[in-house]
Amino acid sequence: MSRIAPPAPRFADQFYAGARACLPVVISVAAYGLVWGVLARGAGLSLLEVMLMSGLVFAGAAQFVALDLWTITPATLPIGPLIIAALIINLRYLLLTATLRPLFKPDSGVKDALKMALVTDENWAMTVLEMKRGRGSVGFLMGGGALAYVCWMATTMTGHILGSVIDDPARYGLDFAFTATFLVLLLGMWKSRADLLPWAVAALSAIIASRLVDGSWHILIGGLVGSLAGALADKVRHVD
Amino acid sequence: MWTSPEALYAIAGMALVSFAVKAAGLLLANRLPRHGFAAAWLSHIPGAVLAALVAPALVTGSLAEIIAAAATALVYLASRNLFAAMACGVFCVYLARLALGA
Repeated sequence: MSRIAPPAPRFADQFYAGARACLPVVISVAAYGLVWGVLARGAGLSLLEVMLMSGLVFAGAAQFVALDLWTITPATLPIGPLIIAALIINLRYLLLTATLRPLFKPDSGVKDALKMALVTDENWAMTVLEMKRGRGSVGFLMGGGALAYVCWMATTMTGHILGSVIDDPARYGLDFAFTATFLVLLLGMWKSRADLLPWAVAALSAIIASRLVDGSWHILIGGLVGSLAGALADKVRHVD
Repeated sequence: MWTSPEALYAIAGMALVSFAVKAAGLLLANRLPRHGFAAAWLSHIPGAVLAALVAPALVTGSLAEIIAAAATALVYLASRNLFAAMACGVFCVYLARLALGA
């Protein structure tokens, strides 16, 4: 038995490393999951509906907006608007998963696309950070995603069950976990002064857009405008 | 009451479009060039998206959030520890809201 060396468990190692790296950021997932679960109970979702939505949709921002649209009476449930809202809010994932392409083989197809179901803001950001350090892998991405998934399921269900006890999550500062986490992830991505322009343009256009349009459009608008500004600046620099 | 057909349709539809967008990002990226303007654009997307996520939340936040954000950034820059910075941010916003009565 000991003569046969087991093959190096690379995927498992990377999976574990990804889950470990995402442990701190998953705390914001947990905070948001609790808050969402509490609010979902108030909006009239049953525990089964909470489990189905968290398990199948698995997108925090879209699920928060869905609560605004949800009605307790099934007959008046706005099915079309709920689906369109989820599409619009999640459009930014088009940009996020596109940046993960270097992790996959050039001929990757449907099987790899299925793995994108486990991509969240959190494990995407940790994986991109890892890629910028010259590491990162599909296993790393999946490990973080699996941890985020389990955590999201557990905390949204817990929030729904404890709904009547935690009446105001903002009292404990839990609502700030989201901002704090993304602020830290942004700071961690700083590479050079070339980052300043796209970040500033993205921040400004997102602030302006958030005042003009409802929903999560400002994230998409800021991300697009800021990254285009950065690419234009790069082009100008290379021409010099 | 457990659920209704309407709720099931809505959840299934939301799940389908959410997954379709995530999958399309990866599949479309395969058709994008690896160098030049498009590649530079893609490389700037992560930071820009994060900046767009954070900035409106900070601008619309109260003084408590601004103090907590500054504390979060300082702790992170000093320690490079994500969890310490996050925990400090949440604790600061809790304290600042108590102190400011917000």
